[in-house]
Amino acid sequence: MSIQVNERSEPAPTTSETPLIRIRGLRKLFPITRGILFQKRIGNVHAVDGVDLEIFKGETLGLVGETGCGKSTLARVVMRLYEATEGSIEFEGQDITRVHGKQLRGLRREMQMIFQDPFASLNPRKTVGSIIGTPFRLHGTVPRNKIKGEVQQLMELVGLNPEHYNRYPHEFSGGQRQRIGVARSLALRPKLIVCDEPVSALDVSIQAQVLNLLEDLQEEFNLTYLFIAHDLSVVKHVSDRVAVMYLGKIVEMAEGQTLYNNPKHPYSGALLSAVPIPDPDLAAAKKRIILEGDVPSPIDPPSGCRFHPRCPNAQFPKCSDDEPVLVAQHEGQVAACHFPLADRAIIQADPGESR
Amino acid sequence: MAEPLLEVNDLAVHFPTEDGLVKAVDGISFSVQPGESLGVVGESGSGKSVSFLTVMGLITRPQAVIEGEIIFQGQDLLTLPSEEMRNVRGAKISMIFQDPMTSLHPYYKVGAQISEAIRVHQKVSKQEAREQAVEMLRRVGIPRPDERADQYPHEFSGGMRQRAMIAMALSLNPDLLIADEPTTALDVTVQAQILDLIDRLREEFNAAVVIITHDLGVVAEHCDHIQVMYAGRIVEAGDRRDIYYKSHHPYTWGLLSSIPRLGETTVKERLNPIKGLPPSLIFLPPGCSFNPRCPHAFDRCRTEMPELLPSDGHHASRCHLSLADKERIFNEEVMVRS
Repeated sequence: MSIQVNERSEPAPTTSETPLIRIRGLRKLFPITRGILFQKRIGNVHAVDGVDLEIFKGETLGLVGETGCGKSTLARVVMRLYEATEGSIEFEGQDITRVHGKQLRGLRREMQMIFQDPFASLNPRKTVGSIIGTPFRLHGTVPRNKIKGEVQQLMELVGLNPEHYNRYPHEFSGGQRQRIGVARSLALRPKLIVCDEPVSALDVSIQAQVLNLLEDLQEEFNLTYLFIAHDLSVVKHVSDRVAVMYLGKIVEMAEGQTLYNNPKHPYSGALLSAVPIPDPDLAAAKKRIILEGDVPSPIDPPSGCRFHPRCPNAQFPKCSDDEPVLVAQHEGQVAACHFPLADRAIIQADPGESR
Repeated sequence: MAEPLLEVNDLAVHFPTEDGLVKAVDGISFSVQPGESLGVVGESGSGKSVSFLTVMGLITRPQAVIEGEIIFQGQDLLTLPSEEMRNVRGAKISMIFQDPMTSLHPYYKVGAQISEAIRVHQKVSKQEAREQAVEMLRRVGIPRPDERADQYPHEFSGGMRQRAMIAMALSLNPDLLIADEPTTALDVTVQAQILDLIDRLREEFNAAVVIITHDLGVVAEHCDHIQVMYAGRIVEAGDRRDIYYKSHHPYTWGLLSSIPRLGETTVKERLNPIKGLPPSLIFLPPGCSFNPRCPHAFDRCRTEMPELLPSDGHHASRCHLSLADKERIFNEEVMVRS
């Protein structure tokens, strides 16, 4: 029972086409200062520390990692909510790393964001109609007397009752609120939507509804998603390609299925083995890599491979001295590890497959 | 079978509100054996937390109407005077909560909070209580427990805080540990650590464990028995294998189909979520509470509330479909996905 699945559902994006987003050597450091009057810089939080990444049109790129690995910071730098410390971001071939003023405003229309917490990301004192209509008012893309109609159309699109236009966020459940967030992000017909843990605060049944909605919208509007989550099963479900991030760096990138079958980086393996499987037999059959402790401080990241203090396969002094770079593994898969895992190291050929 | 540790009979918890009577828990019965682990699964508002808060005696709203029996080690907790309930709560039954951020006091050192719990229930000196607290921190896998005991909760990460909560909950060697969504606020990697820890400690301390969650994945590896709750009632209960491999209730099917599987897929596969939202607990639909969301509902479901009937052994479900239909639908529509 070992079916090697190598055929792809969609052709892999070729490098010849211009990616929607191209990130080169991106770094974001947050200074740590001491003193009140003369703030002396005593160190940096290396939130994003040298990331190269491309996101192609119409694809969903999953970004997965633990809390504190820099995945949200990376998204915010791409969105130009934070200023990059180093490196460049290109949007459709244009360098947007330092654009400002009118140009930046124009750019905002192309990139929108859906946040994790549907309770904190909606103003409790505004009606739903006003929340979803705000992008129209700010950017003036729709004449004022047409806004209400547009908003109601959006509400219908995301599965909300348009008659609830005048209700307040607290009158909606968590899943419905997340739909409001989705409607707001769609208002300006953006090209890229960054979804920052959009379903982690929701119950599983509601989570599935929102994931399906995001998929439908992607098809309808040819959207590109950067999808951030810490749960590999959700990320794998929605993504074409998945990037695994650890302490500010991307340690592995591959198509979802390849990553599931053959994770190469021990950290990806650990993430994979941590996913709860709703199938007791399959769960018992999987190999476990239990990570000890938490992500180390990004103020003073470990030398060499940043994962070596928690890595079960680390060999010294190679791993503590020598920083691995991303090297090609299987087709379309890159991983940064001196001693990559063997194929099928975590999940053997699926015993549930035959049932 | 041995005397159950906890036996809940026909428990109902109703809250009168301005809008009407909220039937948060509406007649549930179950038991927990010593040393067993029970998983309680359901969406927000299914009554899973309220029922166990009632077991803990933590439903403090004076207007709440609580009926039924909660027999713990032979005593009915609902009739116990509050003084005696205090001796049970914390010492014999303890609870850990979803949000380790808000369940520790931010002003007090972690060690002090654990030793306080010990000193409330045991006559020990401050020094001894502290030593016990440090020992507990060590047993839940906190490195350098001696230093950590003198730190404040904000100096702990989320996973560490949850470990500290577990240390506090187990410091008095309780017979029953209730974990209410213990890992929902945590990363999957930390979730795996915490669940393994609870498993290990269950054996070490020989305590029964109840894990309350909305994610059927979480309890697949860690619970012997599982009960699924919907709108204040138990809709299906059984051994782990019953629930995952031959479930008999459409709501459980919906929960199983909502979870993205990691399995091998060549095409992007659509999730099959439960349609609609959980019902208002004030205006429950007539008949089976699940019928408006159930794809298999027929006329009888809209008028008559099904009973929780056993099919074999422990396995029971609350559904009008015939056993043959249940087996057929489960095998054709639910099992094929996994």
